[in-house]
Amino acid sequence: MDPVFLSRLQFAAATMFHFLFVPLTLGISIIIAYMETKYARTGEEVYLRMTKFWGKLFLINFALGVVTGITLEFQFGTNWSRYSEYVGDVFGSLLAIEASVAFFLESTFIGIWIFGWKKLSAKAHATVMWLVAAASNFSGVWILTANGFMQNPVGYTIRNGRAELTDFLAVLFNYHGILEIFHVLPSGLVLAAFFIMGISAYHLLKKQHVDLFTKSFKIALTVGLVCSIIVAIVGDLHGTNVAKKQPAKLAAMEAHWETQTRAPIVLFAIPDEKNEKNIIEIGSIPGILSFLGFHDFNAEVVGLKDIPKAERPPVLPVFVGFRTMVGIGTLLILLTIYGWTRRNKLLESPTYLKLMMFAIPLPYLAIEMGWIVTEVGRQPWIVYGVLKTAEAASPIAGIQVLLSLIGFIAVYGLLGVLGFYLIVKYVKKGPEAATK
Amino acid sequence: MLLQSTWFFLWGLLWAVFFMTDGFDFGVGTLYPFLGKSDTDKRVMINSIGPLWDGNEVWLITAGGVTFAAFPLVYATMFSSLYTPLMLILFALIFRGVAFEFRGKINSDGWKKLWDTFIFLGSFLPALLFGVAFANIFQGIPFDGDGIYHGNTLKLLNPYGLLGGLLFVLLFLQHGANWLNIKTTGDLHKRTVAVSQKIWLLLVPVAVIFLIASYFATSLYDNYFKYPILFLVILIAVAALFATRIFIAKQHYFKAWFASALTIVSCTFFGIIGLFPTLFPSNMDKVFSLTAYNASSSPLTLKIMLGVVLVFIPIVIAYQVWSYNFFKGPVTQEDLDMDEAY
Repeated sequence: MDPVFLSRLQFAAATMFHFLFVPLTLGISIIIAYMETKYARTGEEVYLRMTKFWGKLFLINFALGVVTGITLEFQFGTNWSRYSEYVGDVFGSLLAIEASVAFFLESTFIGIWIFGWKKLSAKAHATVMWLVAAASNFSGVWILTANGFMQNPVGYTIRNGRAELTDFLAVLFNYHGILEIFHVLPSGLVLAAFFIMGISAYHLLKKQHVDLFTKSFKIALTVGLVCSIIVAIVGDLHGTNVAKKQPAKLAAMEAHWETQTRAPIVLFAIPDEKNEKNIIEIGSIPGILSFLGFHDFNAEVVGLKDIPKAERPPVLPVFVGFRTMVGIGTLLILLTIYGWTRRNKLLESPTYLKLMMFAIPLPYLAIEMGWIVTEVGRQPWIVYGVLKTAEAASPIAGIQVLLSLIGFIAVYGLLGVLGFYLIVKYVKKGPEAATK
Repeated sequence: MLLQSTWFFLWGLLWAVFFMTDGFDFGVGTLYPFLGKSDTDKRVMINSIGPLWDGNEVWLITAGGVTFAAFPLVYATMFSSLYTPLMLILFALIFRGVAFEFRGKINSDGWKKLWDTFIFLGSFLPALLFGVAFANIFQGIPFDGDGIYHGNTLKLLNPYGLLGGLLFVLLFLQHGANWLNIKTTGDLHKRTVAVSQKIWLLLVPVAVIFLIASYFATSLYDNYFKYPILFLVILIAVAALFATRIFIAKQHYFKAWFASALTIVSCTFFGIIGLFPTLFPSNMDKVFSLTAYNASSSPLTLKIMLGVVLVFIPIVIAYQVWSYNFFKGPVTQEDLDMDEAY
């Protein structure tokens, strides 16, 4: 019972479960704020019913996102105490700032939004939703900046046996962190857009509340189209940054063993880490990896063999994760582009609507895979080049971690099932009937 | 030195504000199964804290975050040493939050009963465990110079630890009952008032015993004997406790709630001042104890965080006070009829 391994499992389970809810919160809060603003401006009842319908799903999801986030903030202390004392000077302040400038705002104003329908004017109530949306996303900015430090530590020096802050602005404007922000926040909007489109498609296929769901679908379609392209463009920039800063991660993403120029990508492969090669390789296209990493078909890409074994990340999950993420990301762009051409005849496109209904899980999968690429791909480091994950865990007994891990799986499993059940129930129930 | 001492008291203040705000939520949640006879009673109780509990809970996140930022070594050692109780608190808080949101979403008795149980446990357990944890911290925790914990979780349930747990539960019950006195009407109101008076009769002796036991079980009083003026804090706590009872008798329920808030803050500060400058004392050897001076962040981080906290915490307080005021007055039938209500 290795506490390091168990703590990693626990952190992975807790973050991945947390991140089933966060992207929807981030994205849909903005879209709902937009819908409610439309209501406040036009007074059209359909936008009010829309706001309330999506708002209800949002709140179920929001509750799960908030409660699962609390444990994460404390797990750095409970399970990663060596990490916390080593980089707390830099990392801790980002979490504390997140709580005091963003999370307070979000949590206080969500209460006002839920309970303030009758006490506030339509405009004021919509403004409250914008505050919630802005605060949630601003929360994300701080957390991603903190993760950016773990990926590409800057603005610190090693002093007094720990990493101490020397340049706060460097930490805030860390290029890696900024890329993460502009990759992850739009991906929340993409996920929310597909969530809305998928559920709207379900009702449109049943010809229920056609006006409301056609309008919802179109709003989401625009958001989805724009943001899925932004996610891809920033993703590309991310790739070149990783090529420069984290060559081991890039090599693992592509199961790339030999250092070479005109490095190829393979569409499909089964990496064999023991023998440092791929067992099967299908669809190798020369030069593409060099291009993706350095925007130059002839650039040299370092292979895993030239990286010491002790500094290589696990290849298989990173390789598979990257492929899945990019594949789904491409598919999502195609789905929204096609949707754009059908936007005024949605009811006559039942196949497309069905497809969109089944596409709801895809952005979820892509986002989880993206985190696997970035977090597993950073291994064996917890802070890249500064501290190894193996040296970061708390000096506690494995049995303690095992028990809490079992607790996490049981509690989150139960909450996941109940939350899913509730969301499905309210999706099927649909919005309130129009009064006019 | 000054920067670190300032942070020590800010750290204490954040915990005090967390206990003061989420404290009445815990109290309401613990009273919930006993005072909520009908479904309407229960809904009045949870809707009385409905718009506020989430914002209150963030004081815990901030207290945790600030411990991490200002005293990383304390954050690391404290939370890994108190691993099991902290995990229990976190699980309890998860269930409490979800229970508020989920309970009213399905109209079935079984479903509601399930979440009723979690509202109670999710409020009672954190109240008890925070008390047990802090009382044990006052006594000292067995950890060595490498931050390795040598105790076992069951030993936290020693008499003084349990007394601390009991005190916290009663403080929060009083605070929660005082809140319900403001927020309820009719028959339920009569019951909350009666309960708030009974709790007080239990709270007073427990608080007195705790103050005496602290003299024997901890070295909290050292600072007080050094600077006797500090006894004022204990005096304020006692005065606030008695004011609570007087205001209840006069039916000035908001003032009574304010008095119980002050009681909680001054009780927390009784401990914080007694600990100073230690945040996390070791009872294996005093030299292992983590203090504001040997466990703090670098001066740069402390300064930046001080700027952030001095600007943003007043803003947070301002909009939270506004929000409390916005939702003032008893929970009405109209509130309960709202589609979004709990």
